[in-house]
Amino acid sequence: MRKVWIIIRKEWSEVFKNRFVLFTVAFLPLILTAIPIVILYVMQSGGDLDAVGMADMPVDMGGLCAGMSGGECTQYFMVSQFMLLFMMIPLVIPVTIASYSIVGEKTTRTLEPLLATPISTLQLLAGKGLAAVIPAVLATWGGFGIFTLATRLLAAGPNIVARLGDLLWLLAIFVVGPLMSVAAVCVAVMVSSRVNDPRAAEQLSMLVIIPLLAVFFGRIAGYFMINERLILWTAGALVVINAGLLALAIQLFQRDTILTRWK
Amino acid sequence: MIVTENLTKHYGSVKAVEGLTLNIAPGEVFGFLGPNGAGKTTTVRMLCALIGITSGRASVAGCELGRQDQDVRHRTGILTEAPGLYDQISAERNLSLYAHLHDVEDIAGQVERYLRMLGLWDRRNEPVGTFSKGMRQKLAIARALVHEPKVLFLDEPTSALDPEAAHLVRSFIAGLKQEGRTIFMCTHNLDEADRLCDRIGIFRTRLLALDTPAALRRKLYGRTTVFHLLHAKSEWIQILQEVDGVHDARVVDNRVLVTLDDPEKQNPELVRKLVQSGADIQFVGELRRTLEDIYLQLVHSPED
Ligand SMILES: Nc1ncnc2c1ncn2[C@@H]1O[C@H](COP(=O)(O)OP(=O)(O)OP(=O)(O)O)[C@@H](O)[C@H]1O
Ligand SMILES: [Mg+2]
Repeated sequence: MRKVWIIIRKEWSEVFKNRFVLFTVAFLPLILTAIPIVILYVMQSGGDLDAVGMADMPVDMGGLCAGMSGGECTQYFMVSQFMLLFMMIPLVIPVTIASYSIVGEKTTRTLEPLLATPISTLQLLAGKGLAAVIPAVLATWGGFGIFTLATRLLAAGPNIVARLGDLLWLLAIFVVGPLMSVAAVCVAVMVSSRVNDPRAAEQLSMLVIIPLLAVFFGRIAGYFMINERLILWTAGALVVINAGLLALAIQLFQRDTILTRWK
Repeated sequence: MIVTENLTKHYGSVKAVEGLTLNIAPGEVFGFLGPNGAGKTTTVRMLCALIGITSGRASVAGCELGRQDQDVRHRTGILTEAPGLYDQISAERNLSLYAHLHDVEDIAGQVERYLRMLGLWDRRNEPVGTFSKGMRQKLAIARALVHEPKVLFLDEPTSALDPEAAHLVRSFIAGLKQEGRTIFMCTHNLDEADRLCDRIGIFRTRLLALDTPAALRRKLYGRTTVFHLLHAKSEWIQILQEVDGVHDARVVDNRVLVTLDDPEKQNPELVRKLVQSGADIQFVGELRRTLEDIYLQLVHSPED
């Protein structure tokens, strides 16, 4: 465990000096947290939301908005849309960090001396993986915390504030978010063991956000709704997927392959 | 300390190393010479348990490759072809990171010892990105040594260094040799191999020759004594060639070159004969073949 921690600390002191990485890790959560706050603020100060009746809402919001006024439901609807985009944070940050931390070591030729030490492949992968997952999870939780705080300060309807403490959101942020990070890291590791340019690795691994975007647009188009059942199913599916991805990533990340596969 | 039997590595259809058999004793400094693409780096990587072997077997510091790879990694230190240091972090942290990974007990002590030994102590807190090539190479050597490995692998330790830095690194290696370390050194620098190594293997995918530098010279060319004379006369050639053990004698300008088996024994007689024939001898010396002559002859031999 000590070796894993040593790798994590080394990754952080190296990778956060890279401007691309720092930009992604710092700005993405900032922007994705700011947008829903701004929307809430504009809606709050902008108009007479209470004039909107429940009848104007998408049909499927009815269930989720139980006990809310039309205005509150509109706000809640907007917020929940953006929270889906917010879930990009636990996907994008690990992909960026892991792409640079693995392929970056190939390009600086530091991987060979590292692999010559008696560190096990599992320890090395755990270190690199956690170095990518931890900042992502912290950024997700931090962003959510700021957002919750902002809804309070902006005096959004108390119903909305209360809703953010619902099982639905807690599950999404505290369970699905970290699970998504782990999946993203596995994909980045797999891509990195085959690709030799960090930016190419990053772009290729970014394909992991496609399922999220599918959910986002599917939601907008009204194909399905986000509720506790869906989140639970997602969490369960992610556990299974992660097990498979982890096994595959460890399989692909072999000293021999990583060092000698150049194309 | 390093034993290999028919060690072979293929990359797909590329044959990088074929049937390498070596036995390197503890405390020996072994020079591994060969042209670009000969398979030197590949050999070192196999012996450090970085890449798998295709066939054959090898043991390093008593551990069998393929079965005790972690132990091999524990007991070897490697200076890789590219220094491969972390540019953003300090020299000291670079070293202590590796000391940690090797489970070194007195990390601070070992790090200080090697930073001082290589003259980097004063700059220990600076990020390695600001270091010159020579300093990086020295730090990479320190990294290879920080866990006191039983066997040290050096892949071209002085290539890409200026003469002064190369000299520094070379004398450092000479110091390691004095300490009795086992060193396996790849190099293109024949003079360096000649001076530092106990034995030399000349290699191009397979081992072409293996012996001490002096024996390699002798084997290929015999030994040659040079007589510098005031005036050289061709009739003396005849006289010299009659001496037992002399293979060849010729005149070049006012020098006489004699190729013979055992100069220590035969030179006095040759001198006597020349003086008796009326030659005025100015100097007597040995013509040293450079390792380069031998190397080029082997590496370009048509049989391959
Ligand atoms: N990862 C790889 N995949 C395929 N072929 C490789 C790989 N690495 C090396 N080779 C081939 O193996 C042979 C030996 O390469 P190696 O790097 O061991 O040579 P070298 O003796 O170290 O050369 P140099 O003096 O240039 O460093 C070369 O023909 C090279 O093209
Ligand atoms: Mg090489």
